[in-house]
Amino acid sequence: MPFTRFLPWLLVALASAPPAVAEPGSRLWATGGVTTIEGAAGGGLVPMAVLTGYASDREWGGSVALSHAPLDDYTVDVVAGALNWHNRIEISAARQTLDLDTLGAALNQDDLQQDILGAKLRLTGDVLYSPYGQWSLGVQYKHNRTFTVPDAVGARDVRGTDVYLAGTKVFLAGLFGRNVLVNGVVRGTKANQGGLLGFGGDKNDSYDAVLEGSAGVFIDRQWLVGTEYRQKPDNLGFAREEDGYDLFVAWVPERHLAVTAAWVNLGSIAGLDDQQGAYLSLQGSF
Amino acid sequence: MLRRLSARKTFLIVGLLTMLAGCQSAPPASQDTLYNDLGERHGIARFVKDMLYIVVEDDRIAETFRGVDIASLHRNLTDQICHLANGPCTYNGRSMTEAHAGLGIDETDFNALVEDLILAMEQNQVPVSAQNRLLNRLARLHDQVVRIPEARPTTH
Ligand code: HEM
Repeated sequence: MPFTRFLPWLLVALASAPPAVAEPGSRLWATGGVTTIEGAAGGGLVPMAVLTGYASDREWGGSVALSHAPLDDYTVDVVAGALNWHNRIEISAARQTLDLDTLGAALNQDDLQQDILGAKLRLTGDVLYSPYGQWSLGVQYKHNRTFTVPDAVGARDVRGTDVYLAGTKVFLAGLFGRNVLVNGVVRGTKANQGGLLGFGGDKNDSYDAVLEGSAGVFIDRQWLVGTEYRQKPDNLGFAREEDGYDLFVAWVPERHLAVTAAWVNLGSIAGLDDQQGAYLSLQGSF
Repeated sequence: MLRRLSARKTFLIVGLLTMLAGCQSAPPASQDTLYNDLGERHGIARFVKDMLYIVVEDDRIAETFRGVDIASLHRNLTDQICHLANGPCTYNGRSMTEAHAGLGIDETDFNALVEDLILAMEQNQVPVSAQNRLLNRLARLHDQVVRIPEARPTTH
């Protein structure tokens, strides 16, 4: 798979970027969001219309991120990198791993893994300055690397493509003089558990339109607290899939660094109910 | 096809989307004390001065300000911010589109200036909520500043 090799190249490209390029761009603090578990800029679970890093209209930006979420019976790990050209196009790559802490021995498989190559195009608007916010169209091309288990439980495809439209707006002084972030997403997807359990299934094998949303308040320009909600399809007969949500705190001490901590609940996963736990994500960006 | 939307969840998400579309038309907060919170005219004059010091050191935009009468710019900017904050000042400068026509200001320039303004307000301990309220009013001027073409020569 060509894109399984994409991430290392992206990391090399970022690491070897000349210092002039690695100077953070001009967009204001935290307006690149953080890195979602699928690699796109946004929150943790839900993407946003903002593009990663700090590139404004004549600059390059980018980010790398590591995320870790020990849930009750699983552990999620993500490595991701993304580039932003002129605050117009974001290209991202991510590798997701779900450690099967509880089921691993029974299934004779340690983890489920997928790669996600994403692109996001800013269609119109600016998250801060436009009255109607910023709007972007994204695609995520996903490839499951561990299809034996998904196949056995009824998934139809090893690959899937998500398409989403995101609208994001920061209302300056929106609430008690604090800046308020509101974000909504409509996604077309066939992914089971984001794609970790493959795409399509015995119960349903067509695209679903799902809604996702986030809202948060900037305490000041370094601290954002908020929440996210993400619907998921329910395509597999062997176990029901539920929506996910979280409460998060993000700290952006300066443009090069963002730290996100959250409490996340992904609902029932492969028959094990109420999967919740902490989520921690570190992002470096420019 | 919109599947599996329980009423409660749909309500929550549609609510968020409605906020996204609707908040803009909400009336501005009454009881305007922004002028006071910015430190009145002398407070505004102070952070505008500090902002201009930062601007002339800012490689992204310093060039744009070369040759500009800084004393006059300082007075006009101070009056304008004072006026935007509902303070007792009269702005005597040109309109925003006139003042910025043909300067080739792009989003990078605009962000750079806003950043410099925020840094100057922070240096002057302007409270976060007053900063945000002022930025909200300045953000509305974005489209009168960015990418304004040279005024058409008028025929006399
Ligand atoms: C909301 C944002 C802005 C506001 C409220 C604003 C306000 C003003 C005001 C009040 C003046 C004086 C006009 C006069 O004296 O007649 C002015 C002039 C000027 N502004 Fe802005 N400005 C903004 C953004 C920018 C940006 C982003 C740049 C470039 C980086 C810029 C560059 C200039 C320059 C170079 C002048 C002097 C023009 C001349 O004297 O010919 N401004 N601006």
